[in-house]
Amino acid sequence: MATDTHTARRPVLAVLPRVTGLLNRAVTIALLALLVFWLAVNFVQGPGQFGSVLLIGFTNGALYALIALGYTLVYGIIELINFAHGDVFMWGTMITVSIAGTRLGLDGSQSGIVTFFGVLAAMVGAMVFCGILNPTIERVALRRLRNAPRLAPLITTLGISYILSNAAQFFYGPNYTGVGAILPSNILFLDWPAKSLIVILATIPLLLALTYVVRRTRQGKAMRAVAQDMDAARMMGVDVDRTISFTFALAGILAGAGGTLYVLEITTTRYDLGQIGLLAFTAAVLGGIGNLTGATLGALIIGLIQAFNEGLSWHAPGEQWTTSIVFSILILILVFRPQGLLGQPEADRA
Amino acid sequence: MSAEAPPAPTANPPALLELDKVRTFYGRIEAVKGLSITVNEGEIVTLIGANGAGKSTTLRSIQGLTKPKAGTIRFAGKEIQNAPPHQIVQMGIAHSPEGRRLFPRMSVRENLEMGAFNRSDREGIEQDTEHVYSLFPRLSERRGQQAGTLSGGEQQMCSIGRALMSRPKLLLLDEPSMGLAPILVDKIFEIIQEINREGTTILLVEQNALIALGIASRGYVLETGRVTLSDRAEALATNDEVRKAYLGIS
Ligand SMILES: Nc1ncnc2c1ncn2[C@@H]1O[C@H](COP(=O)(O)OP(=O)(O)O)[C@@H](O)[C@H]1O
Ligand SMILES: [Mg+2]
Repeated sequence: MATDTHTARRPVLAVLPRVTGLLNRAVTIALLALLVFWLAVNFVQGPGQFGSVLLIGFTNGALYALIALGYTLVYGIIELINFAHGDVFMWGTMITVSIAGTRLGLDGSQSGIVTFFGVLAAMVGAMVFCGILNPTIERVALRRLRNAPRLAPLITTLGISYILSNAAQFFYGPNYTGVGAILPSNILFLDWPAKSLIVILATIPLLLALTYVVRRTRQGKAMRAVAQDMDAARMMGVDVDRTISFTFALAGILAGAGGTLYVLEITTTRYDLGQIGLLAFTAAVLGGIGNLTGATLGALIIGLIQAFNEGLSWHAPGEQWTTSIVFSILILILVFRPQGLLGQPEADRA
Repeated sequence: MSAEAPPAPTANPPALLELDKVRTFYGRIEAVKGLSITVNEGEIVTLIGANGAGKSTTLRSIQGLTKPKAGTIRFAGKEIQNAPPHQIVQMGIAHSPEGRRLFPRMSVRENLEMGAFNRSDREGIEQDTEHVYSLFPRLSERRGQQAGTLSGGEQQMCSIGRALMSRPKLLLLDEPSMGLAPILVDKIFEIIQEINREGTTILLVEQNALIALGIASRGYVLETGRVTLSDRAEALATNDEVRKAYLGIS
């Protein structure tokens, strides 16, 4: 009897998910079509403007990617969301201001070579500083909590976020600090912001280097092993503590580089800039937390959304809506694809 | 570090591994309660006992994965109970753990490479990889496949092969028969014997006492964290208590 009703009902039940699946797909397609239409109209109305907005989008995306990768690297290896990461990035911007502005006095009036090496020095300085700061945080505050309940290290990172932010306020004051326009804003005849192009061009080799480290080096192998099974990695002779430190260092280095590029692009910063980390974290979740390509993709998407929303003129909601839009998309993604765009339930982390 | 000459039990072959009154806790639960065992160079020694007796914890203590609270563990004359796991691996102990614990999203080949993590002699690693493939031809066929998608038997082979990749002096095997069909179990135990003949000392943990005692030279019976019996394997296999409790023979 029971089997009878079971088989009788089965076709109906089987069709249901297919219908909702179709509905989902239809809605998704409709939304995407609307988006494409909106972009197309904007493009037709002002191709030049569209082009520079696109570039700004990629620039934002590149900056977010450098921060988002830090969240995803650390999450990938110890499943912790490091809420202090945005503030490490903020310190990268501060160190950049100190080196490029205060120490070297770069303001765009120097020759190309001087500017180039000055910016390089600032970037290396910020990368080294954040590359040391981040693993130090792990060593001092997080390592001893590795076997504690999940909430303990999470709350700790929140506390550290405040400490880093207050320390920056102490050293750099409560107001915006910054540098002059170190990079030119136009190249040749193009109406394109050259500094944005430079940000993108500087990000690409950093991402390639990261990919190389994770995929090809011994430390990268250790990272992947720890991410997949920490105890098994120990049994293979991997020094897990060192591997985690290394991961935090990588995350810090990228945040430091991001800090320099941010200052070049935006020219000002403040002690509370770490809040930008929230958007970058969203990017990491959007792409699939723990997945490096996903973090980059998520960051590009959010960067583009922000630029389109704030820069296009035909029916763009405008700047005050950016955060709402980004988080609405995040919520939709979490509802319909909780693992993020590229994360599979068993995602190839790190 | 100074190896105070351990009181040699008798004029036997030198002890490769010696646990002396080792006590290991999980929180307040004492899983290993003052365990003393010895494994001599070249032997296969087995630890048998019911589920929860503390067999896996003993292996994890040797490997440094769970630190003993008291007692000493001496390997090749050195005290290792305070050394971190990666140093213990470098000293020559490898572990094929309970549940295999392969890296699921790495290929068979990459898992074997992970086993050689602390080695840099490329040629030697290549040779050992081929050797593992010759011991387990099945793995050779699957070398590009993700370890998470292997069958249980293949995973066990990969786990043992991976442990061999560090060229260990001592191999810790935790329930290699678990969940495998009897034919496969026989096959794997033949290979374990072959690995031993090639010169690797083996400490074998099993619930399947019959087959473990069949290939071991000596055995220890564990009950709730304590050794209750220790003897030559043949003697244990004919011991009435053991037969009752672990061989299902009355
Ligand atoms: N991670 C753990 N946390 C708490 N108790 C544990 C843990 N692992 C094992 N135990 C306990 O320690 C005892 C010994 O376990 P184990 O060494 O796994 O036994 P065996 O391998 O002989 O089955 C058991 O009582 C078990 O419940
Ligand atoms: Mg066990």
